[in-house]
Amino acid sequence: MSQHFPALLVTVPLLSALLISIVGWLYKRLCFPIAVAALSVTAYSSVGLLLSVMHEKEILYRLGGWEPPWGIAYRVDHLSALVLVVVSVVGLLNLIATQKSIQEEFPEKTGAFYTLYVLLITGLLGIVVTGDVFNLYVLLEITALTGYGLIAMGEEHAPLASLNYVYMGTIGACFYLLGIGYLYISTGSLNMADIASILPGLYDSRVVLAAFIICMVGVCLKMAFFPLHTWLPNAYTYAPSAVSSLVAPLMTKVMIYVMLRLMLTVFTPVFTFSRVGLSDSMVWLAVIAIAMGAVLALAARDMKRMLTYVIVAEVGYMVGGAWLGNRAGMTGAILHIANDALMTLCVFLAVGNIVYKVKGYAFKDLQGMFRKMPYTMSGLVAGALSMVGVPPTCGFFSKWYLISGGVQAGQYGFVAALIFSSLINVILFFRIIEIGYYEPFGADHGQGSSRVRTAEAPLTMVIPLLIVAGGLVMMGVYTGDIVAHVIAPVVPPALGN
Amino acid sequence: MDTIVSIRPLVAVLVSICAVPLLILSKRSNIRETWTFAAAVAKFLIVLSMLPAILNGSQIVYTLAEVVPGAAIKFRVDPLGMLFALVASSLWIITSAYSIGYMRGLQEHSQTRYFCFFALALSATIGVAFSANLLTLYLFYEMLSLATYPLVTHHQDEEARASGRKYLTYILGTSIGLLLPAMLISYNLAGTLEFARQGFLAGTCSKGLVAMLLVFFIFGFAKAAVMPFHGWLPAAMVAPTPVSALLHAVAVVKVGVFSIVRVLTGVLGTDLLSSLDLGLVICIAASFTIIVASLIALSQDNLKRLLAFSTIGQLSYIVLGVGLLSPKGMTGGILHMAMHAFGKITLFFCAGAIFVATGKRNISEMVGIGKRMPLTMAAFFIASLSIIGLPPTGGFLSKWYLVLGSLEAHQTVILVVLLTSSLLNAAYFMPIVYRAFFNPPDGNAQDTGIQEAPLFCVVPLTVTALISILLFFYPQPFFRLAQMTVRAITGG
Amino acid sequence: MSNLLSSIVDNYNYLIYIILMMIGLYAMIAKKNLVKKIVGMNVLQTAIILFYVSIGAKKGATIPIIQHGHGEGAHEMGASVIKAAEYINPLPHVLMLTAIVVAVATLGVALALAIKVYDRYQTLEEDEILAQIREK
Repeated sequence: MSQHFPALLVTVPLLSALLISIVGWLYKRLCFPIAVAALSVTAYSSVGLLLSVMHEKEILYRLGGWEPPWGIAYRVDHLSALVLVVVSVVGLLNLIATQKSIQEEFPEKTGAFYTLYVLLITGLLGIVVTGDVFNLYVLLEITALTGYGLIAMGEEHAPLASLNYVYMGTIGACFYLLGIGYLYISTGSLNMADIASILPGLYDSRVVLAAFIICMVGVCLKMAFFPLHTWLPNAYTYAPSAVSSLVAPLMTKVMIYVMLRLMLTVFTPVFTFSRVGLSDSMVWLAVIAIAMGAVLALAARDMKRMLTYVIVAEVGYMVGGAWLGNRAGMTGAILHIANDALMTLCVFLAVGNIVYKVKGYAFKDLQGMFRKMPYTMSGLVAGALSMVGVPPTCGFFSKWYLISGGVQAGQYGFVAALIFSSLINVILFFRIIEIGYYEPFGADHGQGSSRVRTAEAPLTMVIPLLIVAGGLVMMGVYTGDIVAHVIAPVVPPALGN
Repeated sequence: MDTIVSIRPLVAVLVSICAVPLLILSKRSNIRETWTFAAAVAKFLIVLSMLPAILNGSQIVYTLAEVVPGAAIKFRVDPLGMLFALVASSLWIITSAYSIGYMRGLQEHSQTRYFCFFALALSATIGVAFSANLLTLYLFYEMLSLATYPLVTHHQDEEARASGRKYLTYILGTSIGLLLPAMLISYNLAGTLEFARQGFLAGTCSKGLVAMLLVFFIFGFAKAAVMPFHGWLPAAMVAPTPVSALLHAVAVVKVGVFSIVRVLTGVLGTDLLSSLDLGLVICIAASFTIIVASLIALSQDNLKRLLAFSTIGQLSYIVLGVGLLSPKGMTGGILHMAMHAFGKITLFFCAGAIFVATGKRNISEMVGIGKRMPLTMAAFFIASLSIIGLPPTGGFLSKWYLVLGSLEAHQTVILVVLLTSSLLNAAYFMPIVYRAFFNPPDGNAQDTGIQEAPLFCVVPLTVTALISILLFFYPQPFFRLAQMTVRAITGG
Repeated sequence: MSNLLSSIVDNYNYLIYIILMMIGLYAMIAKKNLVKKIVGMNVLQTAIILFYVSIGAKKGATIPIIQHGHGEGAHEMGASVIKAAEYINPLPHVLMLTAIVVAVATLGVALALAIKVYDRYQTLEEDEILAQIREK
């Protein structure tokens, strides 16, 4: 069984999505359990894959038994395994946590919702596990289309926001398709490892350079890298809270994974860092992304929008770290994929809980939250501390590697941007915490003990949040092990240091 | 030097964290208070149990997790850490008693939250004391900043909000903006963050970079309130007095100076500093703070604000002592950590007792109060003697060594600074005491007789005042620990 | 000059698809009507599909279908050598079948969203919609 994990990862959720859509017609209450079962299988498989990859270095799975490069190969190395675990665990936790919220917001559409949900996870998993560039395009579009549908289910401006996302996402995917077309013209192959072996003879080719740049632009559109980020704030703000807490941690991070795959596996590190000559510019663009993300977050008028701009800044972290061109920076970027997914999930789940109880996500809806929903707010505080970068949460350690990378590469602008972003995050999150802690003034402060009833969110919403919050600290404490066993094998030695 | 591996440092840190769930779940306030006491006593006993080994010359280490190559979450108990931990843990017991009297006397709200975060803050303090490297120190330093925020802003009104903002801006702003880059640059230069006997930065970088790191470290540890990053301390006086007493006279501020001492000795190293003549930079910053803080204290009417500025000045004595880079100076500075703690906490306890008993906050209102609260004012008098540095109080010993240290380092200017500041200290403390005892209370003062604050308030302050006197005659084990620290640094 | 002309004539297929792509992108960016943007999106995707199909073409090559009979004769084809240059590359065609499906699906989703938008705002012009939003 375990040697089929890579295929199981994609086929089980795919078939379950079909099953859910059928069951959704007949007996709605079964949709959720089927979805949970499917995602549990994928979570189990991904963890199993991670453990076997740590043993064997890399797993190659040939779909249908066809040898690459004629057949589609699934290739799982440490990086893929890490992202797989992140995607499946985040998907599963979010599914459980948002069950009540979905029941309340779309009681008649649960079948459709869970179908799209599981399909989205399928797409994401497929993107990570595939070893074929065209297969990646297909799965990219599966992910995107289901994402469009899920986001459009939100209230008021959601359909328009989703339509704008359709436009920009499609342009991104088209650019990516064009880029791999150029690549196909020059190398004649669609298999990632095969392209990498053919590429050394083509380092000076302008076609390959064009392919790289076009692919990168496409991926940057998809991952909301400033200034191609304009679809993200609206799409994630107006999406239902159950959808925000799914797409926010995962979509952009998986796109970062795609960028890393292209940089490291397809186009080889030698080409990416020495021949393209864009490393410095990319780091500077990342600096601008981080700074603009921070500034725009300050200007945001409600919680969800503020968090979406924080995501834009976090994307800047990872892009900058990857393009620094040294081990520490790349380690930081990869570590941050996992860490950022977790902490984004944490804060969005907390916001989801608040929206469930208070039906709003403006700043003023937070008044008195620490009394009314202490557990949710503790989760929010944990996520906030990780975003700021306070040890021992995981956010601190990815910042550690990123700043170290910046210092080693002499990119002090990047270091300054990271510090600036941390300070702005302090302001952003403590602004929220202050509102929850102090206001409304005079309610029951001063003399005597308080008698405010705690109106906490239901247990199924609080427990996953607390698990994630605990996970933030655990990931932080185990950083050493994670870096040594999972990330270090993936960072190519060509990066030196 | 013998190295013992034992889990006791970790246990000492965890004791109060583990007490937090028990505190939250206590149904009655007496049970909750019992748990606080139990945790405080347990912490003190664990710390005490490690004292004999340290006095023998060993050190105790314990590694929790290797999080980045070259830096782990690791504990090491050595004489300097032991001194600080003893002071903090012993004073927590006393402060818990005082808190009970104060919070109940004023019927404050959210007492459970108060005691929980107090416990967390003490965990962080002991964690800083026992850190083996800069990463662990940074971890517990940040934990302390965050754990003390709800304590400082306990009253949750507009004033608390503004003070809380100031607190966070100064403390988190400097730790993220200055301390974090300095730590990472040091890590990338040396590949390690372990505190070493003569620092680990020697020979890794140019003088300019060392100077920059020095400045970043001194101002990055804003908890030490070296000017101009001192503004949070007077603002934090909006907190209930037990918070001001323990945290802002003992735990938080001492964490700041302790960290500076650790970094100056363990990261930069006294040899490196003296070879690059950087001790001067430290002395200038510290002297400036001492004089200016004492001058500002003279003009304050609010007793707690006066004490806050006095603290700012006194903390820089410690920094100054180490900045002198001479053995006696360093001994004096390190010893002052203990002496100042006992003296200042008494002063804050008195301020709080006066507030509970009479509702008065300003010195101008405290004329003739000695008749109503003789015990409190007597303790105030003894403690102020300790801060000024007069016998028969412990403060005299540390000041004496500082003076000897400045002579040893041939820094007569520093000597003048020390003497001037002692005079200034006398100038703002003695009138308070004099007017309390010898002037008649004005206004509609009925002769109410002796009406002290509740017993839970008065007993602790008497105890700490008596300890201040005791430390003059018998300054062990603090003196021995300070001497061992300096001997280890200078190598004999 | 003659170099430029000959390179243009030789690569006319690439030029055509670039022009189509630019038309599509222009429509998506500059047009205010949401349906026109969708049309532009489709033009963009079609341009790329055309590009792929064109790269499979070879001069004088025939369609990539191997003729063989049934029964025992069927396996004999495996013995003779197939010259790849005589058949056009089938792979891009296959890939583009998938891409066409994706494009159609995207079109469907986009149109469904446009309907929802119309229900909500009663107009499909972007500037009018933004004006409505700003009024709220």
